[in-house]
Amino acid sequence: MIMVTILEGFIEAFYLLASFNKEIYSIIGLSIFVSLSATIISSVIGILLGTLIGLTDFRFKKTIVKFVYSFMALPPVVVGLFVMLIISRRGPLGGYQLMFTPFAMIAAQTILITPIITGIIYNQTKEYGNEIREVSLVLGGNKIDQMILVVSELKRTIAIAITTGFGRGISEVGAVMIVGGNIKGHTRVMTTFIAMNNSMGNYSESIAMGMVLIGIAILTNTIILRISGDVNENSVKSSK
Amino acid sequence: MKKYLILLVLVSLLVGCGRPSTSPSTDVKGEIILTTTTSTENSGLLDAILGDFTEKTGIEVKVVAVGSGKALQMGMDGEADVLLVHAKASEEAFVADGHGLERFDVMYNDFIIIGPDSDPAKLKDIEADVLKGFEAIINSSSKFISRGDDSGTHKQELSLWKKLNVEAQGDFYISAGRGMGDVIMMADELEAYTLTDRATYLSMVDKVESVILLEGDSLLFNQYGVIAVNPNKNDKINSEGANLFVEWILSDSTQELIREFGVDTFGQSLFIPNAK
Repeated sequence: MIMVTILEGFIEAFYLLASFNKEIYSIIGLSIFVSLSATIISSVIGILLGTLIGLTDFRFKKTIVKFVYSFMALPPVVVGLFVMLIISRRGPLGGYQLMFTPFAMIAAQTILITPIITGIIYNQTKEYGNEIREVSLVLGGNKIDQMILVVSELKRTIAIAITTGFGRGISEVGAVMIVGGNIKGHTRVMTTFIAMNNSMGNYSESIAMGMVLIGIAILTNTIILRISGDVNENSVKSSK
Repeated sequence: MKKYLILLVLVSLLVGCGRPSTSPSTDVKGEIILTTTTSTENSGLLDAILGDFTEKTGIEVKVVAVGSGKALQMGMDGEADVLLVHAKASEEAFVADGHGLERFDVMYNDFIIIGPDSDPAKLKDIEADVLKGFEAIINSSSKFISRGDDSGTHKQELSLWKKLNVEAQGDFYISAGRGMGDVIMMADELEAYTLTDRATYLSMVDKVESVILLEGDSLLFNQYGVIAVNPNKNDKINSEGANLFVEWILSDSTQELIREFGVDTFGQSLFIPNAK
């Protein structure tokens, strides 16, 4: 009985995707747009912060690192709630009418992803930081030069961090549901579409979108694996 | 002796676990799954009255609150024992197709249009005429939020647009695809109009600035029905429990509980019982 439902769902899912239904594809497009934007912003912040913390000694460094590591596991629902309190009509940014907009969704996902990218990059920078510092000092470089050197040395790690962040963003539903609101044609993304159709009993639409989402997740993971395939050789010594 | 005691405890634990089988030899203690609308759940009605049922029968009620569309779907799939929904035409079709045993009226409440106090569409000046109200919202191009989730409330709203012969779409029309509570919060945030059941709105009235702007049209009458799911769906359906629930919710004492609900908080009944 349930197997039949799932099988029917798959068949309908195939038709749904093959029919090039405009609404479905705009939902997929918006998902990618929101998560990609958030990933780009988070990557810039994360690369700067991760390498800087990794290369510098300062007071409270341990505490900051602890915070970054803890925030890597932020629940999306809590991030959504936090962003909502700030941008809703009664919040400090209430005058800008940002609630239920793609902008709000990007903001929430940026907060969610930034610690992940920062944490991964810091972790690797810490490993190779001393070597790089020495190399850089011999060549007479300053902090900026060191950071540039780290980034060029840790290309793989950075790529892994970015794909991990994107995967996390595109698959979360808690934050985008709260600050986006699942508005048709405006803030409806893949995950909120699945949640909504499930609550309406439209299993075939849910399954169809779920397949697309899993497809994107597999693609992202494949990229991660491809990049990290020989991550162990990724050290200063191996670079010519 | 000790061994036997331990064994006895273990066996009784094992028997106590898991869903009771519905073979007639067992007594009906156990649980039933009730699928209902977000309105009955959000308003707090079920929290207020279900304790009485469990006290009288020993049966726990697991409430699954979804839109009426999904509630009926779960009934068709045999994933629920009993339904309490408000989409009369769909309910009657549900019984006619053999998915449910019989449909009974339980209670009704009414729909209202809420919106911002500034009222750009001037609904306050329209006396109890929901179609005129809808026209005014379109003509003033004010935002209107639709549930858009196939629920009883959404179907009610669509039937009103149909009566107006209007295709509701465009920038003014926001289709949220979410439950009643979420949509009321959204309407409050966006200073938009929406159609809601009175009960859910009153249960949230102190959290939002939206006010009632149009009410009292007979088109906004909202009847709830209860249906026990046909036990031939699968052997997991607790038919005895479901029938006890139907009997209980139609009984005079429960009808009185429904009438009392909300009176001390809001000064009015949120649901008017009308079981025959």
